[in-house]
Amino acid sequence: MSGHISPIREPLITGAKTYHQITEDICGPTERTPSAAWMIAFILAVTGLAVYVFCVTWTIWVGIGSWNLNRTINWGWDITNFVWWVGIGHAGTLISAILLLFRQKWRTGVNRAAEAMTIFAVICAGQFPLIHMGRLWLGFFIFPYPNTRGPLWVNFNSPLLWDVFAISTYFTVSLLFWYTGLVPDFATVRDRASGFRRKMYNFLAFGWTGSAKHWQRWESLSLILAGLATPLVLSVHTIVSFDFATSVIPGWHTTIFPPYFVAGAIFSGFAMVQTLMLITRKVLHLEDYITLEHIDSMNKVILATGNIVGVAYLTELFISWYSGYIYEQFAFYNRLMGPYFWSYIGMMACNVISPQIFWSKKMRQNITITFAMSIFINIGMWFERFVIISTTLARDYLPSSWSYYSATWVEVGLFIGTLGLFSTCFMIFTRIAPVVAIAEIKSILKNAGDQYVGMSNAKKHAHAHEPVATKDSTDTH
Amino acid sequence: MTRSPNKDVLFGLYDDDAKILSAVGQARAAHLDIYDVFSPFPVHGMEDAMGFTESRIHQAGFVYGLIGTLTAFLGMTWVFTSDWPIIFGGKPYWAVPAFIPVTFELTVLFASIGMVVTFYTICGMGPGILNPTLHDRITDDKFCLAFDVTDASDEEKAKYRAFLQASGAEEIDQKHI
Repeated sequence: MSGHISPIREPLITGAKTYHQITEDICGPTERTPSAAWMIAFILAVTGLAVYVFCVTWTIWVGIGSWNLNRTINWGWDITNFVWWVGIGHAGTLISAILLLFRQKWRTGVNRAAEAMTIFAVICAGQFPLIHMGRLWLGFFIFPYPNTRGPLWVNFNSPLLWDVFAISTYFTVSLLFWYTGLVPDFATVRDRASGFRRKMYNFLAFGWTGSAKHWQRWESLSLILAGLATPLVLSVHTIVSFDFATSVIPGWHTTIFPPYFVAGAIFSGFAMVQTLMLITRKVLHLEDYITLEHIDSMNKVILATGNIVGVAYLTELFISWYSGYIYEQFAFYNRLMGPYFWSYIGMMACNVISPQIFWSKKMRQNITITFAMSIFINIGMWFERFVIISTTLARDYLPSSWSYYSATWVEVGLFIGTLGLFSTCFMIFTRIAPVVAIAEIKSILKNAGDQYVGMSNAKKHAHAHEPVATKDSTDTH
Repeated sequence: MTRSPNKDVLFGLYDDDAKILSAVGQARAAHLDIYDVFSPFPVHGMEDAMGFTESRIHQAGFVYGLIGTLTAFLGMTWVFTSDWPIIFGGKPYWAVPAFIPVTFELTVLFASIGMVVTFYTICGMGPGILNPTLHDRITDDKFCLAFDVTDASDEEKAKYRAFLQASGAEEIDQKHI
């Protein structure tokens, strides 16, 4: 996958690395004993996971009556969390697939961790609709298969079933893409290991040898999987938005939802990548691989998608007024001035106003500001889903059924618990797998790193060695 | 590029991708029969240097995708027009627009799984499979050019060795795999 070589851009790998140093730097964290900081963070993450296990058990044991949902507001924190987590996952596929197709070499520094984030975020997301069913043990009803309950099939015309297909396909393809990318790097770790570790990585590396033909097929496969995942990433959140858009509830059935949801997903996903990568680069000392240029590039994406989201908010407001449809107008008036006005203000402040700071390059490259912004945006995007879901349901067509909703400790615990689940998975990942794609980083060292050789120099370099004269070479083949 | 076990392989290790690319070009120009080339990352230009034809994995992907499309669309058509015809939300039995999301997802799913399985199968890879490796540094920072010397005479081996030496190999070794 050759690409454009620019001598003007800042190098993507700094520190005058050799190929061996790259291996040392990136494989190191999987080989060393974990630091005290990692252990403390891991204990915290596992505590969160324990909260998750407890709250899930409680929900299943007691039933979803332990949540504060009522007959008016039957989607609360659960579906808010589901949409939020699915959105978080999107940046991973975007970085690995869309940026690969666009030949954006800066993706190589962050794609591995972002893809891992996708997998773990989708695992967290999938929990919520499943638990929300109430009877978890009947969850298999959502899968279409010839069954013994008479000619009973799932409803293929329902957006909720489309979700099942979209999320499970998304998870599977992301997993395949991520793992296939990991195989050569597992082989690198394998060849440095001994004893039990060698056996373990032998299993994980699938017998990778680094043969030229395998590399050719591997690159071809990666590119096509990227080509398939690109419309997939757009389709998944589009389909999630259909859950709302195909309904007849004012505030939900809007045609802007698919692109608006996709932009929002990328926005929040990139914010989460920033949160994770800023911590990871610091803890694992990867500053030479995840440089300020990477952070700057991701902040540009955040700024762009944040503005798309902002335009979508304003378009919604304008269209509700312009439609002349009183129920639609009321839904938006209610969002701005109703009982949940605080969540609307939070959403606007975090998602539309605060990212404007990234117009300044200085701010885009400021680690502290970037970290704080990434947290703001994640909070803001959670608010966005809450605004769409709960405020709309709270004030529907019938004033007699109007209601207010606030979460119980079980619902809050479930959300915090999934943060624990996510962090636990991510931290284990940083111990087992190389968090930066080693092979991909090596392949850009000379055309995007600080050892840039340029097109003409590369050719010269390639022919630097005298041709070997083999007099009777024809005899040998 | 069919590779069977029980071979004696003479190989040279290079420390730079440009060197191996140049060595492969020279070996092919000299009509030396290359067994394989190994590298820690995909060396661009190697496909041309080795004279590989384009991978046809995408053609397989198209076929798998098509199977997915047909499975989904025909499956839903059969379910809703024949096996369990029921009207949902005023939609007709054969509600083509409503079938599109599931059809799309299954197309992508079939194509992806099919291609990945094909990839591992044709590369002879899979969980727990142990393919012989020539040197541990190949997945780190060394680039390896290998010749099959199972049936080669001493004279031929010497010629390969001389070639590897002259083309810049920093380490030359022979291994039975």
